[in-house]
Amino acid sequence: MAALGLAASGGNWFSALALGVTLLKCLLIPTYHSTDFEVHRNWLAITHSLPVSQWYYEETSEWTLDYPPFFAWFEYALSHVAKYFDQEMLNIHNLNYASSKTLLFQRFSVIFTDILFVYAVHECCKCIDGKKAGKELTEKPKFILSVLLLWNFGLLIVDHIHFQYNGFLMGLMLLSIARLFQKRHMEGALLFAVLLHFKHIYLYVAPAYGIYLLRSYCFTANKPDGSVRWNSFNFVRLISLGLIVFLVSALSLGPFLALNQLPQVFSRLFPFKRGLCHAYWAPNFWALYNALDKVLSVIGLKLKLLDPNKIPKASMTSGLVQQFQHTVLPSVTPLATLICTLIAILPSIFCLWFKPQGPKGFLRCLILCALSSFMFGWHVHEKAILLAVLPMSLLSVGKAGDASIFLILTTTGHYSLFPLLFTAPELPIKILLMLLFTIYSISSLKTLFRKEKPLFNWMETFYLLGLGPLEVFCEFVFPFTSWKLKYSFLPLLLTSAYCAVGITYAWFRLYVSVLTDPPVSKTKKQ
Amino acid sequence: MEKWYLMTTVVLIGLTIRWTVSLNSYSGAGKPPMFGDYEAQRHWQEITFNLPIKQWYFNSSDNNLLYWGLDYPPLTAYHSLLCAYVAKVINPDWIALHTSRGYESEAHKLFMRATVLIADLLIYIPAVVLYCCCLKEMSTKKKVANALCILLYPGLILIDYGHFQYNSVSLGFALWGVLGVSCHWDLLGSLAFCLAINYKQMELYHSLPFFCFLLGKCFKKGLKGKGFVLLVKLACTVVASFVLCWLPFVTEKEQTLQVLRRLFPVDRGLFEARDKVANIWCSLSVFLKIKNILPHHTQIKISFCFTFLSLLPACIKLILQPSPKGFRYTLVTCALSFFLFSFQVHEKSILLVSLPVCLVLNEIPFMSTWFLLVSTFSMLPLLLKDDLLMPTIVTVMAFFIACATSFSIFEKTSEEELQLKSFSVSVRKYVPCFTFLPRVIQHLFLMSTITMVLLTLMTVTLDPPPKFPDLFPVLVCFVSCLKFLFFLVYFNIIIMWDSKSGRNQKKTD
Repeated sequence: MAALGLAASGGNWFSALALGVTLLKCLLIPTYHSTDFEVHRNWLAITHSLPVSQWYYEETSEWTLDYPPFFAWFEYALSHVAKYFDQEMLNIHNLNYASSKTLLFQRFSVIFTDILFVYAVHECCKCIDGKKAGKELTEKPKFILSVLLLWNFGLLIVDHIHFQYNGFLMGLMLLSIARLFQKRHMEGALLFAVLLHFKHIYLYVAPAYGIYLLRSYCFTANKPDGSVRWNSFNFVRLISLGLIVFLVSALSLGPFLALNQLPQVFSRLFPFKRGLCHAYWAPNFWALYNALDKVLSVIGLKLKLLDPNKIPKASMTSGLVQQFQHTVLPSVTPLATLICTLIAILPSIFCLWFKPQGPKGFLRCLILCALSSFMFGWHVHEKAILLAVLPMSLLSVGKAGDASIFLILTTTGHYSLFPLLFTAPELPIKILLMLLFTIYSISSLKTLFRKEKPLFNWMETFYLLGLGPLEVFCEFVFPFTSWKLKYSFLPLLLTSAYCAVGITYAWFRLYVSVLTDPPVSKTKKQ
Repeated sequence: MEKWYLMTTVVLIGLTIRWTVSLNSYSGAGKPPMFGDYEAQRHWQEITFNLPIKQWYFNSSDNNLLYWGLDYPPLTAYHSLLCAYVAKVINPDWIALHTSRGYESEAHKLFMRATVLIADLLIYIPAVVLYCCCLKEMSTKKKVANALCILLYPGLILIDYGHFQYNSVSLGFALWGVLGVSCHWDLLGSLAFCLAINYKQMELYHSLPFFCFLLGKCFKKGLKGKGFVLLVKLACTVVASFVLCWLPFVTEKEQTLQVLRRLFPVDRGLFEARDKVANIWCSLSVFLKIKNILPHHTQIKISFCFTFLSLLPACIKLILQPSPKGFRYTLVTCALSFFLFSFQVHEKSILLVSLPVCLVLNEIPFMSTWFLLVSTFSMLPLLLKDDLLMPTIVTVMAFFIACATSFSIFEKTSEEELQLKSFSVSVRKYVPCFTFLPRVIQHLFLMSTITMVLLTLMTVTLDPPPKFPDLFPVLVCFVSCLKFLFFLVYFNIIIMWDSKSGRNQKKTD
């Protein structure tokens, strides 16, 4: 009620937006939840009922603990609240236990921890230069940015329908970005180090942090031409940064080092036994690669260039995590993906080092790291696109070019999340929420940049509009055709290939804009 | 409209909320043998699809009227028939005669919920959007905010998408009617309103203001010239639309009478004993069992007299000075009078009052928001019975936040903004120190909110004492009834002290 009063007094739009979306999240409680719900319930049970030494060995359920220790401690803390809701959910042997109180507790734990995300968004909004202040509220960059972040479609459906805890993790990342913008580097570094030990997927963007802190924090001065002045190196800063990372890591991994369990922990964290792609291909480079392989094999069969008996029978995108055998193109190994990812990340890192542009440059590099690893990574989940979408929102309200890239990336990235929700009652929700977010983001950014050239050229417009017919075909036409049984993978393949084109295009455009941007001169910086 | 995207966003938010609420339980879910309104609607599809039109309202071996017999006007029956044709294509089991009784499944729930959403999307939502776009002297942003608040009104969402009914159809038609007659499309407006009445007879609560407003318009134009032409035109429209809706039933006298008997079951008593309605009769029965003391026909007479007397002043005023503004306020008072005093009222009928209150939301945001909150609260026992506690709390809070931020209601509690200026001025002629009204109202609001929150908490957490199992529902109704009485007085004051002094003030300003 206090929050209500706060929102009511003086028409505080930020709290109204945050409370509004929180209420929407509450309404989503009875919706479908995926196996991730059981995953997290199981982790609650493991951390609650077993000693630390067995956390990473326990395997009663197939959903073993595979997040870093801080997340395990987080579940441990939650479990002490959970016991007041329903003791039974904390029993390791109660597989697939989902009583209504368990549901309520788990859903509310996500909603509640999102407070951190809300706070981070609030801090991020402060970093946006309000040069366009004084206009109408709905046209202020701050307002638009907070809607884009708080009401983000992807976060809503992944966290509050599908079930995960991305909200507060993203909150940690955004908060650390905000701290770097505010020149509170140590705090930013600390937050990111903590974040890494919550979920190791954020390792993808660690190069951006490392290089930025080294280049712009440890080196305190530049030469007049913008290159680094080597003698300005500040040792104290480097050591304190190192100390922060070391202490956080020691806190997290120390106990397991003491128990001599580090190899076991790492084998859980990095399971390279999984396939190149997830059951449903994330819309990245490999999705295009697989699709090409599939097309070539079909053509090959038609032209009798391939022997049908030699083709492996593993049907793609059929719902199981499995090794996908390429028929025409060479198979891809984890090492190859790693090399591809590194090569893709390198130019952006170089840019960050040789052409430092302050926190904005860092943010671009971070997004490029996230996107590049999404494009080429091993066993990437479609949800990982949020890692690029959310920081990109910060850029989108600053420059028309970035807004255009953001809209293409976000719209295709969000659309590629559609297969996560495949149940009938959630179909209207995902379509409505997607329309809500897409229409709002496109129109508001168009209004914001109406004085500049149009955000999309005809090709981009055509591509984005194509998502509509694609959705109609996949969800409303295809299930009623005779192909349903024979080519059950077709909707998923089409979705991921179509979205992969858009995301690759956005990645490419962002890279071009970063590489060709002239270095910012001193006068412009101020 | 340069900000069409904001309006689209608002509509999409409204739709999303509606659909998420519909994921919850409905009335009578898994409660044989009678189930609830959900089963009633499904049963009507079954009846209308399988029986010839002449048997719809008659008791027969195939149509047991005691089991959710059709008791709504023909338009509802046609709507059910239309839904039944769609159901037939998807799954014939849903509407099979006899065997489908009490049919429940996830797919069927989805289908039923979708029919509500589609009807809402076609009728009610466009009317709200158009109404807000037609508002004068407002910025686009305010119009959008107004539309958001109206679309988020929790009462309608919870009853239609939680409890399960098609109120948005009849209310939507009524809203089209209001739009029509306010924008000088009198014939279209009265046609829309006739459709509303023919969808749900409860729309008669709104009929008197419509009648008076149109009559007043005719008088204004002069009954000997244009006014008379308009009157004839209106009469023809009304008669024609009624005949069209009732075509299968007007051919035989017995048919018509039977339908009317089904629509107005006067023998059912002053109020339903099991439902707790926040009106005078139900609240009085706490102290005085009128239902048992007085004979049946006296009850009818008393309730008729009270209703008539309470709505008379506003109606006369409307005939003498027809204005769209006065029309909206008269809609409120008339519907409220009917709700409080008339015969056989359901708790859901408060929605008929809420609709016109939504229409004055931009004029008196503070009082309207308050009223709309109370109206939702008055249905609490019903909503709890349907297991809708969570969506109720969430939608009420969402609505409150929307109203509070878009109208900053707490800053709008001066005499002027409560539209009580002229009333206070005239009272001050006799009692010079009469300046405390806004403060009193603010305190009342605070107290009312606290009682509502406390009563909700008590109902949810405490077990009632075994001697009074209905303690909390009765308390809820009693408290709401008191507030409704207060609102009746308030709205009547606005109407009676409105236009003449209001207009003078504008001229002098």
